Amino acid sequence: MAHGFKGFVRDPLAFAGAVTVALVVAAALLAPMIAPYDPAEQFFDGLTIEGAPLPPSERFPLGTDLLGRDLLSRLIWGARASLTVGVVANGAAVIVGTLLGMIAGLARGVVGGAIMRFTDLMMAFPALLLAIALAAILRPSLWIVALVIALVNWVQICRVVYTQTTALAEREFIEAARALGAGRARIVLRHVLPHLVPTILVWSTLGIATTVLLEATLSFLGVGVQPPTPSWGGIIFEGQSYFLTAPWLVFFPGIAIIMAALAFNLVGEALNDALDPTQRGRR
Amino acid sequence: MIRFLARRLAQAVVILLGVTVVTFALAFLIPADPARMIAGRAATVETVASIRHQLGLDQPIPVQYARYLGRLAQGDLGRSYAQKTEVVELIGSRLPATLLLLAGAIFCELAIGLPAGIFAATRRGRFADRAVMTLSFVGVSAPQFVVGLLLLYVFAYLLGLFPLSGYGGLEHLVLPALTLGLAGGGFYSRMTRASMVGVLGQDYIRTARAKGVAETGVVLRHGLRNAILPIVAMIGIDIGLFMSGAVVVESVFGWPGIGQLAWQAIQRVDIPIMMGVTLTAATAIVLGNVIADLATALIDPRIRLN
Repeated sequence: MAHGFKGFVRDPLAFAGAVTVALVVAAALLAPMIAPYDPAEQFFDGLTIEGAPLPPSERFPLGTDLLGRDLLSRLIWGARASLTVGVVANGAAVIVGTLLGMIAGLARGVVGGAIMRFTDLMMAFPALLLAIALAAILRPSLWIVALVIALVNWVQICRVVYTQTTALAEREFIEAARALGAGRARIVLRHVLPHLVPTILVWSTLGIATTVLLEATLSFLGVGVQPPTPSWGGIIFEGQSYFLTAPWLVFFPGIAIIMAALAFNLVGEALNDALDPTQRGRR
Repeated sequence: MIRFLARRLAQAVVILLGVTVVTFALAFLIPADPARMIAGRAATVETVASIRHQLGLDQPIPVQYARYLGRLAQGDLGRSYAQKTEVVELIGSRLPATLLLLAGAIFCELAIGLPAGIFAATRRGRFADRAVMTLSFVGVSAPQFVVGLLLLYVFAYLLGLFPLSGYGGLEHLVLPALTLGLAGGGFYSRMTRASMVGVLGQDYIRTARAKGVAETGVVLRHGLRNAILPIVAMIGIDIGLFMSGAVVVESVFGWPGIGQLAWQAIQRVDIPIMMGVTLTAATAIVLGNVIADLATALIDPRIRLN
């Protein structure tokens, strides 16, 4: 593993990804300190005389939005919404998916079959359509959005964990542990879970990219994080109808979403290469 | 082969039955009274009650579900609350646009993904490989609504090459199909590369090279033919991703397909349309999976009967 992590630092793309992730996390944590203005403040000089948003200038580095609010400050605060939803929703999905996948893989029989058929059923729905319908039903807020995304996203990791667990369950050391009288809990915690750690780590990172994209898409469709909380997708949703005359309202938050998702993808992929022994030395 | 097909179809039917349970439950989760929505705000309590009776909403839930299934079996998806038209007709009139978009998107995905993946695989580990794979990562990391809006701004607004929105000729199709194709292309290029790298390491490739087959022949005839299998299967599985993308892209480009229909229905809480579109999309996804399995079995005899 040490070998892998050294490779991680030497890989310039993965390094750039890690730095970007750190920047997004810092922006989210330190938003009140580093944002130049209050993200909700509507400046009198933040709009033209005709009431149109201002392009980037010295006073407003990334311009202003339709209500004359500072776009840079809103983007920095928006990192909070995206990251909170990303970490919470993906964390919940990983935990639920891993647990159900392990149970299905070890229990097999009726329970295992029922869980896996349920994942089949979930896979038959277009994820976004299901998420939109759920979000619309549950009246969106930050936590509801996280819940909806978790409800839709646990399926893939559950299937991956299931496949790995069934393979592990066949192995001799599990058989040996069982023969030695180890209880179910001990087998799961001491013998199965440690083998799943690489998978869980990789999914915890790659999944954040997927989650950030889904949150942005829901907010863009108006069923995600609700105003006045600034979110990247929401800023584009609000500015959409003016984007031909005020392209910065789409351009900057768009860049923020792409950078964040790309960064988590790059780090996740590098972790995958580093933790998967079959991948070592293949590049 | 027929047994394989029969078993896959039986599984598909079971899943679709499950789907109907979920769409049916969806209607109950929504905090809105269908009878009141049809009757309108001015309606009296008696009118609402009579509509509720007409719709069978005063029946026990299992009875309602059985009736729902019965209607589905007759191809009846119910009537839209807001538009007062049959949902089947609404979906039927919107489906061609979505299918056209699907065809365009698949074309773009493959036109971008296959060459990029093959190119990267043949230059494995070199700069070109890393550059292509990084670009493919940008493709999968970019939300479709951002890509769509940026393409609109540059190619429709600044350069005036394509119309800003609408439906009609090929010029309307290019940008929405490309929007879906860029993300999909990134995905397919990664898959193609992985599949090609696996195949190009096989012994028969070395044999072909040793026999003096030209490198293009080795890569395309011996390599790609074997590597294409998981990619073909992926197109069928991909329909779920496409349906999600269609909701976004159709709303950005004003494309009159079923994605837009679903989105408008959700905003108006038009439950029959939501149920109908979800069911249609789920059927397409399940069928896509069956076709993917079939195509794989047809192309590769090793997979059959397994």
